[in-house]
Amino acid sequence: MTGNGWLQIAILFLLVLAVTKPLGLFMARVFNREKTFLDRILRPLERLIYRLTGVDEGREMRWTEYAVSMLLFSVVSMVVLYVIQRVQGYLPWNPQKLAGVPPALAFNTAASFSTNTNWQAYVPETTMSYFTQMAGLAYHNFFSAAAGIALAIAFIRGIARRQAETLGNFWVDMTRASLWVLLPFCLVGSLVLVSQGVVQNFRAYDTVQLVEPQQVPHLNADGTAAVGPDGKPVMDTIAQQTIAQGPVASQEIIKEFGTNGGGFFNANSAHPFENPTPFTNLIEIFCIFAISAGLVYTLGHMTGSLAHGWAVWAAMAFLFLAGVTVTYWSEARGNPLLAGVNQQASATHPGGNMEGKEVRFGVANSALFATATTDTSCGAVNAMHDSFTPLGGLVPLVNIMLGEVIFGGVGSGMYGMLVFVVLSVFIAGLMVGRTPEYLGKKIESYDVKMAMLSLLIFPLIILTLAAISVVSSSFGTSSIANAGPHGLSEILYAFTSAAGNNGSAFAGINANTNWYNIALGFNTLIGRFLVVIPVLAIAGNLARKKYVAPSLGTFPVTTPLFSALLVSVILIVGALTFFPVLSLGPILEHLLMHAGTTF
Amino acid sequence: MAKKNQSKSLWDAKIVRRALLDSVMKLDPRTMMKNPVMFVVEVGSVVTTILLVKDALGHQAHLGFNLQITLWLWFTVLFANFAEAMAEGRGKAQADSLRRAKSETMAHRILASGKIEQVASTQLRSGDIVTVTAGEFIPADGEVIEGVASVDESAITGESAPVIRESGGDRSAVTGGTRVLSDCIKVKVTSNPGETFLDRMIALVEGAERQKTPNEIALNILLAGLTIIFLLAVVTLQPFAVYSQSPQTVFVLVSLLVCLIPTTIGGLLSAIGIAGMDRLVQHNVLAMSGRAVEAAGDVNTLLLDKTGTITLGNRQASRFVPAPGVPEQELADAAQLSSLADETPEGRSIVVLAKEKYNLRGRELSTHQTEFIPFTAQTRMSGVNLNGFQIRKGSVDAIERYVTENGHPFPPEVRAVVEEVSRAGSTPLVVAERSRGALGVIELKDIVKGGIRERFEHLRAMGIRTVMITGDNPLTAAAIAREAGVDDFLAQATPKDKMDLIRKEQGQGKLVAMTGDGTNDAPALAQADVGVAMNTGTQAAKEAGNMVDLDSNPTKLIEVVEIGKQLLMTRGALTTFSIANDVAKYFAILPAMFAATFPVLNALNIMHLKTPQSAVLSAVIFNALIIIALIPLALRGVRYRPVGAAILLRQNLLIYGVGGVIVPFLGIKAIDMLITSVGLA
Repeated sequence: MTGNGWLQIAILFLLVLAVTKPLGLFMARVFNREKTFLDRILRPLERLIYRLTGVDEGREMRWTEYAVSMLLFSVVSMVVLYVIQRVQGYLPWNPQKLAGVPPALAFNTAASFSTNTNWQAYVPETTMSYFTQMAGLAYHNFFSAAAGIALAIAFIRGIARRQAETLGNFWVDMTRASLWVLLPFCLVGSLVLVSQGVVQNFRAYDTVQLVEPQQVPHLNADGTAAVGPDGKPVMDTIAQQTIAQGPVASQEIIKEFGTNGGGFFNANSAHPFENPTPFTNLIEIFCIFAISAGLVYTLGHMTGSLAHGWAVWAAMAFLFLAGVTVTYWSEARGNPLLAGVNQQASATHPGGNMEGKEVRFGVANSALFATATTDTSCGAVNAMHDSFTPLGGLVPLVNIMLGEVIFGGVGSGMYGMLVFVVLSVFIAGLMVGRTPEYLGKKIESYDVKMAMLSLLIFPLIILTLAAISVVSSSFGTSSIANAGPHGLSEILYAFTSAAGNNGSAFAGINANTNWYNIALGFNTLIGRFLVVIPVLAIAGNLARKKYVAPSLGTFPVTTPLFSALLVSVILIVGALTFFPVLSLGPILEHLLMHAGTTF
Repeated sequence: MAKKNQSKSLWDAKIVRRALLDSVMKLDPRTMMKNPVMFVVEVGSVVTTILLVKDALGHQAHLGFNLQITLWLWFTVLFANFAEAMAEGRGKAQADSLRRAKSETMAHRILASGKIEQVASTQLRSGDIVTVTAGEFIPADGEVIEGVASVDESAITGESAPVIRESGGDRSAVTGGTRVLSDCIKVKVTSNPGETFLDRMIALVEGAERQKTPNEIALNILLAGLTIIFLLAVVTLQPFAVYSQSPQTVFVLVSLLVCLIPTTIGGLLSAIGIAGMDRLVQHNVLAMSGRAVEAAGDVNTLLLDKTGTITLGNRQASRFVPAPGVPEQELADAAQLSSLADETPEGRSIVVLAKEKYNLRGRELSTHQTEFIPFTAQTRMSGVNLNGFQIRKGSVDAIERYVTENGHPFPPEVRAVVEEVSRAGSTPLVVAERSRGALGVIELKDIVKGGIRERFEHLRAMGIRTVMITGDNPLTAAAIAREAGVDDFLAQATPKDKMDLIRKEQGQGKLVAMTGDGTNDAPALAQADVGVAMNTGTQAAKEAGNMVDLDSNPTKLIEVVEIGKQLLMTRGALTTFSIANDVAKYFAILPAMFAATFPVLNALNIMHLKTPQSAVLSAVIFNALIIIALIPLALRGVRYRPVGAAILLRQNLLIYGVGGVIVPFLGIKAIDMLITSVGLA
């Protein structure tokens, strides 16, 4: 670990800290429908949208209607994306003449993008046309994020309102999230990315002559390496390279800002056209955290308890710093099995485990990106998590397993965290000798039931489907590239990433099979929508409750002690569920690696 | 009877014996099903038992280990049942002694014709009128409609001193099963057989009517949810273990499951609830529902009547302040004379003060030369006409009118004294003589109960606001409020004012508790979230409230609140403890499961447990024994200290959260050392 590495992590952390209040306050104003500096431009546009769609912006919805609207919107959007993929061959903006996407993959992709997961079982530059990328995928990048923000705001309203039946209007919240929060920022952000070298065009792919032609094994039709009559492998000489192009910048910025994570290219943020410089790398990580950090302030502002907002923020920040420290430490330590190789950081060498990492980012920025992308539900990557040391790879996995509540996905992190808050308040709240109260709302059996339900779904789909996969050699283990605990991690990571709507891949697994496409597709759908419904039910129920005045005897949710309690509940409830399987995956691999075995 | 039980130790031999038997009876799956956590343990025990029998017939290996696991799983269930049975046992013992009081008696029913017939008490219906004479048991709950009697209520209250019950007023309610000691009363029966106070009391202490309270239901859901999560974690662990080429036996998997699910709190939860109700009974308070006890813990505002709760009840004369030109002795003399016939405590205290301070003996006044003027609501003064003197004492307004009507000026000095006395929280009485005008002022002082100030400070630290209710004028009320240390007061309160105050507080989201005894308190008692009726009170009051204090002690409310808080705290503390325990159990069982295939996983065996078998067994034994070890805590409750939620939380998190992480590491290690040294594993 180097001072420079820590400095970069510190700069990112301070930027996130700095944006929390202004962005949080801005979002509170947007969703409280108070005046903002963008109203002059956006208000007429907003009115026009409502006129065209027939939305009555003054009408409020109960939680059930809110949920149904959200589901309806997602289902329709999902079907549209499925159709676009299937017929992209007939649609414009397809200079590479890419054919329609096969059904299982198209389902997987549609499910994954409409749930803000952006799991990519395909290679974008050889699968998706520019039209599909822009009208299909980028559309979802915006609106799945906007839906997430809307849901978080609905939950916050549930806490803040007293004896109210409604949580707001889903369509209005969606529209305002898109127009006020996502669009302006992405407009500016994409221009900054372009200035750094991120491409934005509709050109066909470039073909260039290699400076140094490469020898590669010739492959037979069945994919095996060809062997010549002399018994030596037949080699091909490659002298040309195809360089993919496309409208990248516009999609890149929302990929991070909306914690979507679906790369324009297969290499995602490791690709120089997506993430060319350490500066864009900083911008991208910052964007991953910005809205989610801001929403915590919005929570404090809208519920009238800024101190509580900051207490939750502190718990998130602690978990983030702990995660990045472990990953950075583990990666910087390098691989003990590479005996005799210098893994010390120096002026000319980044040091540590550089396998699967970009030289322009090095260990610190890769560790930081991996932590950030899994703290949230982003899933963009600038390094291959599969190549991380076992402990370095454990952190991203655990981050997702905890429910991505460390700032978390836009909106989803907020409401995921609030479920943990409700549970923490309930478990420990009894210890002060009162019926547990959260910001003046009593936490009762219905709330606990719904919180447990939303918490239960996560281990249910991850553990069950991963368990089926690891014992099924025909369709489960046949996809993994590595044996032993590392193979287990690969399968576990895939299901965790899908259920958590993260979308990052551990790699090392061929997920483009019917089983994985369909199982992971359902995982993303269940991981989003079945979790959201009980969450909205809690919000609706809290809104209906009477306000209980605070007193000296009221459970404090604003103190450092509360932050510590929240962290403990997240770690104990979250980690205890997955500790057994983790001990057979990354933990075992770590121990075996130090004993001299790798996979 | 309740008082007698207080001395009973937690481990009373008779109760323990009955509880042991009950804990086996409770294995009935229909009963167990109500407790999802322990039901899972029972199912696990059954599964391992069946496998054990199969293994024994097939001569499998590890029979000794599997047998021990199975036994300890059964013990886990039995220990939890035992905890519940212990909590119930104390109530059952009380119910037995109550039943003895309920023995059938004969009643003398007065028929419409006026004739008296003898019927069995079980044949009495609501509305019947009976007559009860000295030495007889009152046959049913009712209201005295004629007469006055002293009644021995010790069967209900445990208090041996007899109490007075009389018709009219707020002390008219009598309870079936109590005994009339003197005189004869006519009682109008107000309950039907099977619905009497005694019946309800028996049902309550026995726990027969016990319904789960709201918090208990919520907690049960949490525990059931955690159980399902851990069930998932354990069931799916087998495929992962198979993938890792180290499949596990069912015995080990069930052990892991039972250790992870929150058996500690699951096993003790209902015992905590029953014990909470029982603790109230120990304090001679009967709660009509567990919900009320929980609500008591949540109370934000206590409404307390000044008289009898905050002050000693009776005002006492403390000072004579003469008008200008009047000797103090003369004032004292006039005051005493005017009070000789005044039988109120205030009147008597004036006589006593005059005697003590000025050595004035109470004089026997023959009636023919003396005319006593009683207090009336119209004149608002009382006094005496004696040898041509006309002495009056009363409120300042009344006396001022009396003095000026008789042609004397009312001295401003006297008015100043009156105001000063009022401001000090005392009640001024002005004494006047018809021919001389105002003689001076008697200060009647309200005596605030000793130690009440400290109790209110405790309440404030708990976050509870106290409001004093009084009929006094605002000036007096403010002074007493200051002296007693209450947060607020309601002066010149009418029953409607009281009701409005409760509604206002509730409107602000506060929970209100109050005590009351009179019929006019009934609406407020019903409106309050926690209404404690005095046992001496009227039937209406007792029915409106959700608790009855058998000792009729208004300050008991404070203890009720503490018991409510204790109940909730105990649940929270044991839940936290139970969940925190899991960390250590993982470190015991997981390496034991997989170290055979992957010796490197012994790195997780941070307790250095001897063998995989001893590790699993130690965790299971610890898990079972901790239930027994925590029974006393569950029954007695976590100690409540009024220090505010923030400090309480810190302390309890430290004890039950951090302690819950550490204790099992030590406990499992100790058990491991023990069982490996005696060769059990």
